Amino acid sequence: MTEHVVSTHALTRRYGERVAVDGVSLTVHRGEIYGFLGPNGAGKTTTLRMLLGLIRPTSGRATVLGGRPGAPEVLRRVGSLVETPGFYPYLSGRENLRVLARYRGLDDGAVEAALYQVDLTSRAKDRYRSYSLGMRQRLGVAAALLGQPDLLILDEPTNGLDPAGMADMRDLVRSLAAVGQTVVLSSHLLGEVEQVCDRVGVVAGGRLLVEGGVAELRSTRSLVLRVDPLVAAVPVAHRFAGAAQVSTEDDQLRVAVDPARAPELVRALVAADVDVHEVRTADRSLEDVFFAVTAPSNGTAPTSATEISEPSRLNEQGRLTEQGRLTEQGRLTEKGRAV
Amino acid sequence: MTSIATTRTVPSLVPGVVRAEMRRLLRWPVVWLLSGTWMALNLSFGYLFPYLTYRSGDPVGPGGGAGALARLLPDQAPVAVVEGMPMFGGALVLMLGALAIGSGYGWGTWKSVFTTGPRRAAALGGTYAALAVVLVGLVAATFAVDLAASTAVALAEDHAVVAPDPLDAVQAFAAALLIAGMWAAAGTLLGALARGPALAVGLGLVWSLVVENLLRGVAGLLGPLQTVAELLPGTVVGSVAAAVGALPVSEPDGTPGVNTVWAGGPATILAVAYLLAFALATVTLVSRRDLAG
Repeated sequence: MTEHVVSTHALTRRYGERVAVDGVSLTVHRGEIYGFLGPNGAGKTTTLRMLLGLIRPTSGRATVLGGRPGAPEVLRRVGSLVETPGFYPYLSGRENLRVLARYRGLDDGAVEAALYQVDLTSRAKDRYRSYSLGMRQRLGVAAALLGQPDLLILDEPTNGLDPAGMADMRDLVRSLAAVGQTVVLSSHLLGEVEQVCDRVGVVAGGRLLVEGGVAELRSTRSLVLRVDPLVAAVPVAHRFAGAAQVSTEDDQLRVAVDPARAPELVRALVAADVDVHEVRTADRSLEDVFFAVTAPSNGTAPTSATEISEPSRLNEQGRLTEQGRLTEQGRLTEKGRAV
Repeated sequence: MTSIATTRTVPSLVPGVVRAEMRRLLRWPVVWLLSGTWMALNLSFGYLFPYLTYRSGDPVGPGGGAGALARLLPDQAPVAVVEGMPMFGGALVLMLGALAIGSGYGWGTWKSVFTTGPRRAAALGGTYAALAVVLVGLVAATFAVDLAASTAVALAEDHAVVAPDPLDAVQAFAAALLIAGMWAAAGTLLGALARGPALAVGLGLVWSLVVENLLRGVAGLLGPLQTVAELLPGTVVGSVAAAVGALPVSEPDGTPGVNTVWAGGPATILAVAYLLAFALATVTLVSRRDLAG
């Protein structure tokens, strides 16, 4: 069996003039939880649909479990939830899973096991139509779990879940990886990816901007300086490293550059009449990594910078927000509607 | 959320795709609603209204009052099954086909189904097999209801209860099934083209109930349209119905949609060809097209 459960090479999908996915080359290793991170509209779902054979790439190629995406022998070993769950509204949750189990050639025991895994057994007899958003999402994950597939492709699995449900879902995903299932998880929530995933691919504007282990990406260090006056230091740091690499926290200046450049930066600050009281190195958060790679001034950033800089914003909790904003309690609300 | 593990593959004589589609179609209220509507229409226009007209002493059609009564007796029940099928029954099963394929796009269930393993063509094969079972059940139930209604008429009118000729019955059953099958297949193609139920049903009804009748109406005035009108799917299945004894609309008391444009043989061949072409086009379209919705 191949070591790479998923690998793509220059996978591209165009819709007329618009490039939804632009030369994405990613690899997912066996047994890991791979986070596919990016703002909405970044091309995550389109990429996942290509991995499932639902849509064809315009160019490039992809291999899933050693075969062609969408091939019957591949799909039998893949469970997926892409975008919104797709179920028959007039059937109960259990009946919906039984229909899908027939398609997979599984018995009803598989259905009960999947319902149990997502904690839906008690509501399984109710019609899907009557389910809340969170229950629909959990049933979608249950459908993906049917028959314990080798690879799970979950597109925003915590969508619509309350904080407790989100935590349960993260536990579930970790438990799946613990028994050897490989999970590809897309998300626009940095915190979620940071907590759950082993490796991460950051995508924006259709391009894969960076890929690597979460720990490895975070270990890329940055410089933290205590300077006075801060207002005078910021423009200097901007000129030195680019605006995207610079942030301020309280009275501190954080510059995401190689620590080896510290003397150079200090000289520039001193030359601008800024007093430097303290310089130290610090780990970057995934948030810093994300901003560094998606920022317009970065050389690797996509050309259509507005696409990523406009929708992607991080709030204080380090979660990516756009139309779906997070309140302080971490409950997802959408245009004022609590979900 | 804890992980437990017991799953196995179930071997079965009936393919999983067929059992899956049977399960979701037979539990769908829409299927029963459309079937019930057809039963009510069939009983009303096949027996209730003609019998009331006969009792009112003002019957039209071949044979006058005696002819009108004869058409309501058990030996003519096979004709009653088939005569409403080209237009009214056809419109209803067209809706069924359009909904069976089109709804899956709106619900996202095709996305779920097409990622379970079977090829898209196999999954759609399951849909067609399940639709075929529904249609066989529908025609069989229509037969049972019409035999019961005609027996009731015979008893009420003190007529001997004569069973229909077995060959007539088999031919009428096959004809009704072919007509329903062709319209249902047309519905599936519309459902696939529209990628949703609403437009597919709307277009299908306008086509089968309005456009076809208008074209057949003006065909006599415009020469080139004559050929087009004769080749319309509705015209073809109308001829199939006439071939097994349904009274064409051109006759007094004839049934709308029934015509004698084609003889039984060519009409059957054309209807089968339409059915296969619609189904094949649907499978090809759905298999090749991206599923991005």
